[in-house]
Amino acid sequence: MKKTYKIEVDCANCANKMEDAACKTNGVKNAVVNFMTQKMTVEFEEGHNAKEVMEEVYKACKRVESDCEIEL
Amino acid sequence: MQEIIVKLLLIVVILIALGLLIFKKDDMNKHQKKMLVRILIASSILFILQCISIATFDMLDSYLFASAGRILRFILYFIDYLIIGHDILSKAFKGIMNKQIFDENFLMAIATVGAMALAIYSNGDYVEAIAVMLFYQIGEWFQSYAVGKSRKNISELMDIRPDYANIEIEGKIEKVDPDEIEIGSIIVVQPGEKVPIDGIVVEGDSSLDTSALTGESLPREVKVDDEIISGCINMSGLLKIKTTKEFGESTVSKILDLVENASSKKSKSERFISKFAKVYTPAVCYSALALAIIPPLVRMLIMGVDAQWGDWLYRALTFLVISCPCALVISIPLSFFAGIGGASNEGILIKGSNYLETLSKVKTIVFDKTGTLTKGVFEVDGIHHNQLEDEKILEFAALAESASSHPISKSLQRAYGKEIDRTRVSDIQELSGNGVIAKVDNHKVAVGNDKLMISLNVPYINCHSIGTIIHIAIDDEYAGHIVISDILKPNTKKAIASLKKAGITNTIMLTGDTSRVANKVASDLGITKVYSELLPEDKVNKVEELLKEEGNKDRLAFVGDGINDAPVLSRADIGIAMGAMGSDAAIEAADIVLMDDDPLKISKAIKISKKCINIVYQNIIFALVIKFACLILGAFGEVNMYVAIFADVGVMILAVLNAIRCLFVKKL
Repeated sequence: MKKTYKIEVDCANCANKMEDAACKTNGVKNAVVNFMTQKMTVEFEEGHNAKEVMEEVYKACKRVESDCEIEL
Repeated sequence: MQEIIVKLLLIVVILIALGLLIFKKDDMNKHQKKMLVRILIASSILFILQCISIATFDMLDSYLFASAGRILRFILYFIDYLIIGHDILSKAFKGIMNKQIFDENFLMAIATVGAMALAIYSNGDYVEAIAVMLFYQIGEWFQSYAVGKSRKNISELMDIRPDYANIEIEGKIEKVDPDEIEIGSIIVVQPGEKVPIDGIVVEGDSSLDTSALTGESLPREVKVDDEIISGCINMSGLLKIKTTKEFGESTVSKILDLVENASSKKSKSERFISKFAKVYTPAVCYSALALAIIPPLVRMLIMGVDAQWGDWLYRALTFLVISCPCALVISIPLSFFAGIGGASNEGILIKGSNYLETLSKVKTIVFDKTGTLTKGVFEVDGIHHNQLEDEKILEFAALAESASSHPISKSLQRAYGKEIDRTRVSDIQELSGNGVIAKVDNHKVAVGNDKLMISLNVPYINCHSIGTIIHIAIDDEYAGHIVISDILKPNTKKAIASLKKAGITNTIMLTGDTSRVANKVASDLGITKVYSELLPEDKVNKVEELLKEEGNKDRLAFVGDGINDAPVLSRADIGIAMGAMGSDAAIEAADIVLMDDDPLKISKAIKISKKCINIVYQNIIFALVIKFACLILGAFGEVNMYVAIFADVGVMILAVLNAIRCLFVKKL
């Protein structure tokens, strides 16, 4: 399952860091952060609740880039 | 001298910041406004402090206590430092706590804290640390502003999304969410409005502005029963449209999805840069550490001279300031995004940065003939060797082909010109690449090329005139042939010539048509190679052969009209579908979609891709060369921190400005 979320992030390198952090989160199969359109597309692994996983993703992103926002 | 330059720069910064705050207030988001105010305050304070000499501060000593002036001076500068840099310091601290040590915040924090410490030690130049932080923040601000602004511009270029649809309820027009409209509903489009959903006109006639979809400025006329595509703007008359698709499935939604997701498909250069940044920052940090420790130790222990710890520490800090990877990391996705945005404004949809990159390496272009180079509209040139009258032959042919959507069949039906009564036709057998056999009025009618005649054992007569020849056999008796010919598109010849100019070395044409017709078209156009009399599946094989032949770094593009070329489109390195407006299959299968069917757009797409890739390489090389040059000069102590910060921010600003050039593709 794939879902797209709106994000707010100010620098391209930070976007890359968010992508990395999201990919490493448990339950995420793959994540792509598009800095230009300010969107994050997350592909979830099967059997995981998207909402719960996204909370973890949000925490992980906050850890690497405190200025970022994800609209859950 | 340096003092004067810094003062002048501060004045410039103050004036620009004030100007932006007053005149461009609405262009900024909250964060940008806050930053700009901070920049303004910090640079004003710094300017005032610069005007007060150390001697003035020292006068305090006589009123209070010894070195009171020194302490006050430090406190004032330190407050200014915190105003401009507190967020960087806290981010760097958080980074360390979260074990994400090596990032640009950390670089800046270490460099400026270090410079501060050196200045306290010598009651010297606090300005350096603050100026570095200040200019770093200005750079960040500019980056955020420029990127935000160009993102907005590009999105506006691509903004064809209709916000509402009109439906008529009891004689009154009401606006509703287009998502709620069901298939088969009647919607009303007033002049000046966008068509929200694909459909068929049931009432009214008007001209449509399709430029948002195709880049073509010529208006298109529509009348009752014409198909109409969402995203066009209704220019003159009121139209009532019966929808044939849901909003989500309509052309305009599909196109928007495609373009918005395009920059998510990352190109090789983008991947390279993000990998590079991951290795680069820690590498620079360790090098700086080594620079601060090893040379003084060597001097002290081996050479037996003064270690000069302060001097080497300063060099290491300078080294850190230069090393921020931002210029690269920001400019590359921005270049691709601007290129894709500019192209879409020209009616060229590119499905991803990776395709833009591949397109720039294309050396061979393979064309499908019918519908791509030619209009795909055949006209009947003549009917020969027939016993029955011309009308009758045409009637049989049109009836037999009535179920086919092949361009030839369509042309025969059009030439026949009367309503086709399908009840007269039965047992239709389509033999792909050969023709059709059907029962018409209880006669067995075979319509197709010479292969079909051979397979039926019907002796046929070839024609001396050049064109596509359709033989007809009725009840296994030869009944004559129809000669039809296809017309070249007006721009085809120009398109081939401009492709050659754009660096395409091989142009190859594939067609199911006879070699005589194919060769004539090819020599008219200046196409290098022709493969004719191919069945649809032969086209895939041929493209695979050609793919094997091409050089390691060269790429092959296939251009088709997207209706029956889907397998070939997906097999080639790059599939380009043209005239794809309204054809979902083409939009799905191709990597690049040309919204109108002008073959000149192919060379334009290639030129756009080349321009973009050039700019990307320019930025990579420019940024790396300047950075490494400064790094080396910094290590030898030839560069001070001011030069370092200007190297960093300056490179970034130039790279961003250069990247925005990708947007301007109109004149290519």
